[in-house]
Amino acid sequence: MTGLDLAFATTGLITAAAAALAVTTRHVVHSALWLVVTLLGLAGCYLVLGAELVALVQVLVYVGAVVVLVIVALMLTRAPIGPRAEHTTGPAHRVLAACVGAGTGGLVAAVLLPTAARTPVRPGGSEELARQIFSTWVWPFELLSLLLLAALVGAFAVAGLTTSQEGTR
Amino acid sequence: MIHTAGPYLLASLLIGLGLYGILARRNAVLMLIGAELVLGGGGLLLVTAGALGRDLSWSGQVLTLFVITIAAAEVVIALAVIVAAYRRHGHIDLTQDAG
Repeated sequence: MTGLDLAFATTGLITAAAAALAVTTRHVVHSALWLVVTLLGLAGCYLVLGAELVALVQVLVYVGAVVVLVIVALMLTRAPIGPRAEHTTGPAHRVLAACVGAGTGGLVAAVLLPTAARTPVRPGGSEELARQIFSTWVWPFELLSLLLLAALVGAFAVAGLTTSQEGTR
Repeated sequence: MIHTAGPYLLASLLIGLGLYGILARRNAVLMLIGAELVLGGGGLLLVTAGALGRDLSWSGQVLTLFVITIAAAEVVIALAVIVAAYRRHGHIDLTQDAG
């Protein structure tokens, strides 16, 4: 058990516990806030694995943008404050969902765990990572900016579609 | 040195929990939170695979960056659709009929 193992176990436990709370809590807003803890814990895991840039992008994009969007969407859909049972399906449905979730997670673990081994962590190097992004991965990277533009236009189109329909009603 | 059993276990846990969240929630925004957890598990697997050291083009970390960006684009569209559905039907309960 090395220091890195200990660090990963700590961040991993926080991440897993926050993820479990995010999918089971009865407060809608608490679910979004537990998602913040999960994503920050995941960023810590990336740091332990030597991926500093990915950890920083995770904090910037996920915690900074995606979670804010989720909370704004909760506000726009008038999410009720306080514990409500109506956000979760009935007990039978929940048991079935838990079985499917446990089965899939167990399947992934059963495939991956036999290949687990003790390996040295590659030291992080943003310089080499940047060189790779702008040489090997430059076309996918440029396509990604096109995808973001398309998503922006698409979001505007969806919003405009509903307002124009309301106007004609 | 790190044992890769930890990351593998956490990734499979996140995927399982996310799938439960997708299936067991009625609120559409909460379902999206489950999808984010599944994506997080996938990203953790990619970073772990990249940290194993035989990754000459750094594909593990670069692909995780791409997955994070694509997830941001996906969330923008999904939330726009959810807000549009709320304005149209007055609720975002996935088990009710669109009325």
